[in-house]
Amino acid sequence: MFLIECPWCGPRSQTEFHCHGEAHIARPKYPDAVSDAEWADYVFNRSNTKGVIYERWVHNHGCRRWFNVARDTVSDRILAVYRVGGKRPEVTP
Amino acid sequence: MPGYSAFTLVRNALSYHENWQRAWRSPEPRPEYDILVIGGGGHGLATAYYLAREHGINNVAVLEKGWIGGGNTGRNTTIVRSNYLWDESAAIYEHSLKLWEGLSQELNFNVMFSQRGVMNLAHNLHDWRELNRRVHAIRLNGIDSEILNARQVKEEAPILNVSRDSRYPIIGASMQRRGGTARHDAVAWGYARGADARGVDIIQNCEVTGFVIDNGKVAGVETTRGRIKAGRIGVVVAGHSSVLAEMAGFRMPVESNPLQALVSDPIKPVLDCVVMSSAVHVYVSQSDRGEFVIGAGSDAHVSYSQRGSFDIIEGIMGALCELVPMVSRMKLMRQWGGIVDVTPDRSPIIGKTPVEGLFINCAWGTGGFKSTPGSGHAFAATLAAGEPNDMAGPFTLDRFRTGFLIDEAGAAAVAH
Repeated sequence: MFLIECPWCGPRSQTEFHCHGEAHIARPKYPDAVSDAEWADYVFNRSNTKGVIYERWVHNHGCRRWFNVARDTVSDRILAVYRVGGKRPEVTP
Repeated sequence: MPGYSAFTLVRNALSYHENWQRAWRSPEPRPEYDILVIGGGGHGLATAYYLAREHGINNVAVLEKGWIGGGNTGRNTTIVRSNYLWDESAAIYEHSLKLWEGLSQELNFNVMFSQRGVMNLAHNLHDWRELNRRVHAIRLNGIDSEILNARQVKEEAPILNVSRDSRYPIIGASMQRRGGTARHDAVAWGYARGADARGVDIIQNCEVTGFVIDNGKVAGVETTRGRIKAGRIGVVVAGHSSVLAEMAGFRMPVESNPLQALVSDPIKPVLDCVVMSSAVHVYVSQSDRGEFVIGAGSDAHVSYSQRGSFDIIEGIMGALCELVPMVSRMKLMRQWGGIVDVTPDRSPIIGKTPVEGLFINCAWGTGGFKSTPGSGHAFAATLAAGEPNDMAGPFTLDRFRTGFLIDEAGAAAVAH
């Protein structure tokens, strides 16, 4: 279990949160214009990085707000917490 | 390869078991092979075994970064079953179960396959309807499956709490009597021994660090023990599939999550079948040593840490104490996590990749152990021919582009 620093509630137990996968995946602006392969890449393919991953979490048993987390998937250490729509912070595992 | 038998056991007993030979060699890697299999887990070793056994291709090496069977092969709950809903899944899992049934004889290695039956519980009306639908679909595919009512469930597993006022009342269950458990390590060792005897080199402590790709065609791998050339390579690395795909320059519809298992202290035999409940996401069997082997759900976040979250343990043990009240007075001895690679449709990927000559067999997710023989068998045929065989065909990586998904996640909603 890890402690997550909710931007609104402060450090809370992981049990209060749920992870919703990779962040910064942009829906193609013109879905009709992309090929099947590009659409599949958007819908299904994930970076699944061994190392630093940028992902979305929601504080569903707390303030119920969404935010982004940069985490090292080898150690599960959380390296940065930042707001949705923000830029990826530069972090080192 | 000297065979194993009661006779050899007695003969070796006379010399205090000091003269048993090694079950497989530990060769230096040669500079070139016809086929390389990356990953020395059950699936990779089975692939190599069937390449030599069924297709006569024995200029093969299995590259393993640690020791064989040290990944998910040694980290599962050893359950074997084939009660899947969709035809494509039923075909490959049933093929696998049939191979399990003759595996100890085939390999001359006791994999301790015990067909003690696998029971899936229904706790509410929705579960019950789904379960009936699945049992009928499974039977139409020629696979054994039956429906038990609550009284019959109690007869099969008296330790279950079937009272109507329990938190998870048991309405009934489906039962696959040909399902059961097997000894996880023995599967890896048996396949390794059989492959080695047919000329396959099993190279441990040899991590792949990159691919040699020439004009979009794979030509070999870079490893911690030097470059090894091969024109055809199979990647069978489970949780690390995305990592190897990235080395080869393509992306995968896969996420790697920790999946946990737990073992209790040993007690006298009280449970002689496997009990699974998808509603509360718990599965339990009793090992030959008397320990309860308990499986949980996987964490929702990507991780390569080989350890899961404590809240998953809390959730699963809470549910298990309701289903099997006697567990509340037992202790857990060990707990561990394996990294499972999961696709959006919860079905595996077997077949070609965007790199010519490079094939992949992965994403068995939370159902990898039971499929070991069938997966190896189908992947060996795919590697030998350079084209997926009928069994592997539907599980192509390209299905995420074409949309022909095999949606076991939505269809069965069961623990895999």
